[in-house]
Amino acid sequence: MPEKDRYGLLIDYEYCTGCYACQVACAQEYKWPAGMSGIKVIEVVQSLPNDKAYLAYIPFPTELCVLCPARTKKGLEPACVKHCLAACMKYGKIEELAKEMGKKPRMVLWAPR
Amino acid sequence: MAKKELKVVRTTTWSAGPGCHGGCGVLAYIEDGKLVKIEGDPDHPWNQGRLCARCLAMTQYVNHPQRLTRPLKRVGERGEGRWQEISWDEAFDLIENRLGKIREEFGPESVIFSMGTGRDIGPWICLLAYAYGSPNVMFALSGIACYSPRITAVETVQGDYCILDAAQWLPKRYDDPRYKVPECIVVWGYNIPASCPDNVFGHWIIDLMRRGTKIIAIDPRLSWFASRAERWLRLRPGTDGALAMGFLNVIINEGLYDRDFVEKWTNAAHLVRGDSGKLLRENDLIKNGSPDNFVAWDVAGKQPVVWDSHNVEYKLPDAKPALEGEFKVSLSDGSRVTAKTVWSVFCEEVNKYPVKRVSEITWVPEKDIIEAARLYAKSKPASIHWGVPIDMTPAITPTVQAITALWCLTGNLDVPGGNVISRYAFDAVAYALPGAKGVIRLESEEMDKKRIGADRYGPLNKFIWRAQPDLALEQIFTEKPYPIKGMWLQTCNPVAGIGLDPKKWVEAIKRLDFVVAVDLFMTPTTQLADVVLPAASFLEKDSVRSWWVPLQSINKAISVGECKPDVEINFELARRFNPNLRWNNIHELFDEIIKPSGMSFKELQKKGWAFPPEGHPSAPYHRFEKGLLRPDKKPGFQTPSGRIELYSSLREEWGLEPLAHYEEPPFTPVSQPELYKEYPLILSTGRRSPVYFHSEHRNIPWLRQIDPDPVVEIHPETASSLGIGDEDWVWVENWLGRCKLKAKLTPVVPRWMVMAAHGWWFPEKAGAEPSLFGVWESNINQLIPMGFQGKDGLGAPIKNLLCRLSKVNEGTENA
Repeated sequence: MPEKDRYGLLIDYEYCTGCYACQVACAQEYKWPAGMSGIKVIEVVQSLPNDKAYLAYIPFPTELCVLCPARTKKGLEPACVKHCLAACMKYGKIEELAKEMGKKPRMVLWAPR
Repeated sequence: MAKKELKVVRTTTWSAGPGCHGGCGVLAYIEDGKLVKIEGDPDHPWNQGRLCARCLAMTQYVNHPQRLTRPLKRVGERGEGRWQEISWDEAFDLIENRLGKIREEFGPESVIFSMGTGRDIGPWICLLAYAYGSPNVMFALSGIACYSPRITAVETVQGDYCILDAAQWLPKRYDDPRYKVPECIVVWGYNIPASCPDNVFGHWIIDLMRRGTKIIAIDPRLSWFASRAERWLRLRPGTDGALAMGFLNVIINEGLYDRDFVEKWTNAAHLVRGDSGKLLRENDLIKNGSPDNFVAWDVAGKQPVVWDSHNVEYKLPDAKPALEGEFKVSLSDGSRVTAKTVWSVFCEEVNKYPVKRVSEITWVPEKDIIEAARLYAKSKPASIHWGVPIDMTPAITPTVQAITALWCLTGNLDVPGGNVISRYAFDAVAYALPGAKGVIRLESEEMDKKRIGADRYGPLNKFIWRAQPDLALEQIFTEKPYPIKGMWLQTCNPVAGIGLDPKKWVEAIKRLDFVVAVDLFMTPTTQLADVVLPAASFLEKDSVRSWWVPLQSINKAISVGECKPDVEINFELARRFNPNLRWNNIHELFDEIIKPSGMSFKELQKKGWAFPPEGHPSAPYHRFEKGLLRPDKKPGFQTPSGRIELYSSLREEWGLEPLAHYEEPPFTPVSQPELYKEYPLILSTGRRSPVYFHSEHRNIPWLRQIDPDPVVEIHPETASSLGIGDEDWVWVENWLGRCKLKAKLTPVVPRWMVMAAHGWWFPEKAGAEPSLFGVWESNINQLIPMGFQGKDGLGAPIKNLLCRLSKVNEGTENA
């Protein structure tokens, strides 16, 4: 696939709350059995100096993520992006998402395919 | 091959299914009558297309192989788990007959109607109870300690409840030009993952953070909000009241309050007698004066001036009431008393809480208290969003009085982006929360007189139309002043969920002559019933929702087995118990409930949702100035004085402390130093999971896989000192009992506290006694007492107890 046509997921993990909506939305979309999903939420508890900590979550696209072609062809967002309660996931062309990524910290860009 | 019939139904969530307090718009995809997919409705202003994990798992919920789909009759002993399927007709006949006999012999009040939290059964359980004739509708949590106490306490102070303004009243939401994004939100004891508690979509706060809102987090845990907060106050659980008094102390002494608002809209100028400590009333001054009227000191005329509560004004139009000071007043009997203004006595009380003392009580550093108070007071607008820890201490009302004073004194009440008055959309009341009365009522006030606790607790006579659960539990054993013989348990699971001291609840339920449970799955509680009726999820019913704004319809999308919606079950029985019921079917009932909107139920169904227009009492803003809150249309509030009562005349009437203050909860390191030696960790309970609603959803594979075990969060250093490793099973124990939880080692909790998950039972384990789905293994409520409700019957110590931990010896110990 030409590089300019590749799509991905931009995650603003400053705002991911670990609600797991993406993970279950994907399981519903593809009828995965429990334990499988195209996206998996990971908790990252970071200990910081002075008894502080930072609680972060990141949705990670697994080997099962196909970026929902049947949905995106119809102009719909992937199931995970659509249902994200914090609206912190974005689907789009990697080139464009990369530009957006530069605008604020605590972002990660996934290119699962 | 025949073509499949496909349809998409637009509807609204509420309780059974996701379990929560609802409000989200969804699209249900139905294939040949079966739910195949559910999505958030992108056009719905509430959730804007988003949807939580619990709702996204609805296909596994509605089509679950263990769904109850036919009425069941017990054939063995109670709890033995032997059931026989019966028809609905048989079930209705049996219930009519057995409850009918109890009514005949002992009176209708001898049956308690018990419901789960915030569900779409509030009105319908009242419909049945009231048709039967019983005033005893109950929420079985000690001290009714979930939301109702907060609503009641706020209404005591300011007449109407209010909540965080996330523009939920406006169809265009954040883009509406009338709206302002709060500069700051105080997130007070509230964790985001539960998402839809207290009828607020939790992630609205994230929407606002992305629009610039700063967060002050008050939480002993380093929650998601605390991680991202401008100020995080790690308070000792149960000391919220002291912290609120500390905030007031900073705000008042640094002059950060809105003095005009205090003068104009509160009872700050009214006088309090020095001799009795009570409000000075007109009948103290003049023999024929009204006891409803209060008195201020007119600085201009140097004499008392009467506040006419009925007309909501001073009797002298040019009066200049003093805000501060002490005055000598002559009474009608010729004696003279000194009296101080409410503002003076309020400030004296606040000054009992210098920041140093508050820091000692709350364990929050002084600097943090001061800076957080300043940030809140200087942010315009600012909002406070609180969670259930506020209710979960016996001194809930004085705590709420203090917090209410915060948004009032800073001028944040009913302003865009502040704390906004929350009315039922169009004033159409389906679910009569505290303070409201809907169309479903007892036939006479006389019938309400036997309601458990109404004679003892003022708020239960003024705002809350429920039986007091701690007294109800006792009454089942004492049979005083009258025996309890039956119970109707509707989507309510006291054995695993809201019941504290749950073994006592089991014993109580077993004493009863006849018990009906209505639920969607078998639970530890349904096991104890004589008849179990299969209820419907929100996708299987028509209903109305007017829990604040907007007004919404719930539209039936599917049917499952012989399951019936709660409203239909209750309607059929209500008709049998009261042949004079004035509705012929549930749609007539819905029509009457939403009549103030000018729409019929069918019309509402077509729209899906409706917002009240500007100028309606249920639409924001500035309603107390516009005269939209009081029935007489005068500016002011629906309180006895028509003003925000910093000194509560209702609390005075109830014989309780009228001012905001702090009381130490009953089982803390401070109140129980001896117990603390034996149980050296603070036990807080109710750790929220994003995939469960309280005691529900442990049987939904997609959800259980995400959060498979009942956990207790322990600080790694605390765990290490006790030889406990991550994911070890541990006993959490105190003087009342113990349970087995899985250690989650995390610096999110402080070293001195553990946080336990609640609501755990194991649907995969044996249902029959003694197992009751393994409920005794991990039910944390075994460590929490009943009977420690607040002085006004509200609030209970649920998140501020003591415990000790030990590692479970896997080889020799079984729970």
